[in-house]
Amino acid sequence: MSGTLHEISIEVNGKLRKAQVPARLSLVDWLREDLCLTGTHIGCEHGVCGACSVMLDGEPVRSCLMYAVQANGHRVATVEGLAKPDGSMSVLQDSFCETHGLQCGYCTPGMLIASQALLNSNPNPTEAQIRDAIGGNLCRCTGYQQIVEAVQLAAKPAAFPLLG
Amino acid sequence: MKAAPFEYARAASLSEVCALLATHGDGAKLLAGGQSLVPMMAMRLVRPAWLVDINEIPELKFIAVEKDMARTGACTRQCVVERDPALAARVPLLRQALAWVGHVQTRNRGTIGGSLVHADPCAELPLVAQVLGARMLLRSGSGTRTLEAEKFFSGPMATSARSDECLEEIHWPAWSWRHTGSAFTEISVRHGDFAMVAAAAQIAIDGDGRCVRAAFGLGGAGGTPLAFPKIAARLVGTRLDDAVVNDAAHSAAIETEPGSDLHASAEYRRHLAGVLAARALCEARERARSR
Repeated sequence: MSGTLHEISIEVNGKLRKAQVPARLSLVDWLREDLCLTGTHIGCEHGVCGACSVMLDGEPVRSCLMYAVQANGHRVATVEGLAKPDGSMSVLQDSFCETHGLQCGYCTPGMLIASQALLNSNPNPTEAQIRDAIGGNLCRCTGYQQIVEAVQLAAKPAAFPLLG
Repeated sequence: MKAAPFEYARAASLSEVCALLATHGDGAKLLAGGQSLVPMMAMRLVRPAWLVDINEIPELKFIAVEKDMARTGACTRQCVVERDPALAARVPLLRQALAWVGHVQTRNRGTIGGSLVHADPCAELPLVAQVLGARMLLRSGSGTRTLEAEKFFSGPMATSARSDECLEEIHWPAWSWRHTGSAFTEISVRHGDFAMVAAAAQIAIDGDGRCVRAAFGLGGAGGTPLAFPKIAARLVGTRLDDAVVNDAAHSAAIETEPGSDLHASAEYRRHLAGVLAARALCEARERARSR
């Protein structure tokens, strides 16, 4: 009974991808193992750490808490989809580099997705709004301060005259 | 792949859900937002033979604000409820409670009905349902029935819904007094976690500042979310002075039967119950006075 495969057709980073998957394959496993989009990280696999955050129809969600089959007919964007068309870093990604918003980098794809989602809906967030937006993402290196600064820099480069 | 194998069906309509539940009965689980069910399946705490996905059923996703109540479809996402200004104006406790529920990413998927059916005694939305006396409309192949929150929550992580029933919509009573205020507060290990203890309160006062109606309750203080209608009734007619409010909160705390775990002893939880109930009641009172 477990062998049933389901047809899926999902737009990933602007490209339509089709596959046949077992129902219990999580969205993050499909992205990483089948599509080789390993930018999305797996941390806890039960919805606590936020490392696996992706955008589903433009809203950030945890891709370990969805089965790939559930995303059938929807749009997914991963951290690979944030770069500019020529492959160079986005404004937000550059800001993470500038402010030292990462050390080990494990949480970074989730942090980028969570903060890009915030900036998409709120281009000029307060510090409290930034902290709320990344509140579901764990980082064990930075103490979060530089991540908050990265989002502030991306939103308002003029406020950081010594950077960039 | 962490979950045990299961069969999957994406239902397109409520009647299809009922038919699938009638066929597969106890072996089937409804999959809504999956923010609690999927982790439980990853840890293999549950191993349903069938998952019936109800995420693509438009009739389960709506908000309707009516004269004396607001109706929400069971599969309405928490983020949608959180952002609805008309709903926040009529049933403010919902938005106040959702500020404590999970994180942006989980509220984008998590549903109102999913939280209620999961029935975690520490969860925020079941507490709001219990305090307001929300009514659950359940549908099966043989028709519908409505259960009050008090009858719906039957124990820790357990409801009175039968295995062939799907929660279709929730009716949230709206109070019509002009001076109505509500508040939600909790203590948890980290913001967004399930509450160690949570408290919700709603108060209505007349033009002279006398209480005309009060409701309050506690989460994390027993096997189900608790409401205290008899104690709340004692507040009616008073001016809700601090002493009266503290006495009500203390009486409620005495009635609780919290458990002990790694995070907090039963004694500490009972202490929190009294403190947080008083805090929620006072905050609700101040909001009612300022309207």
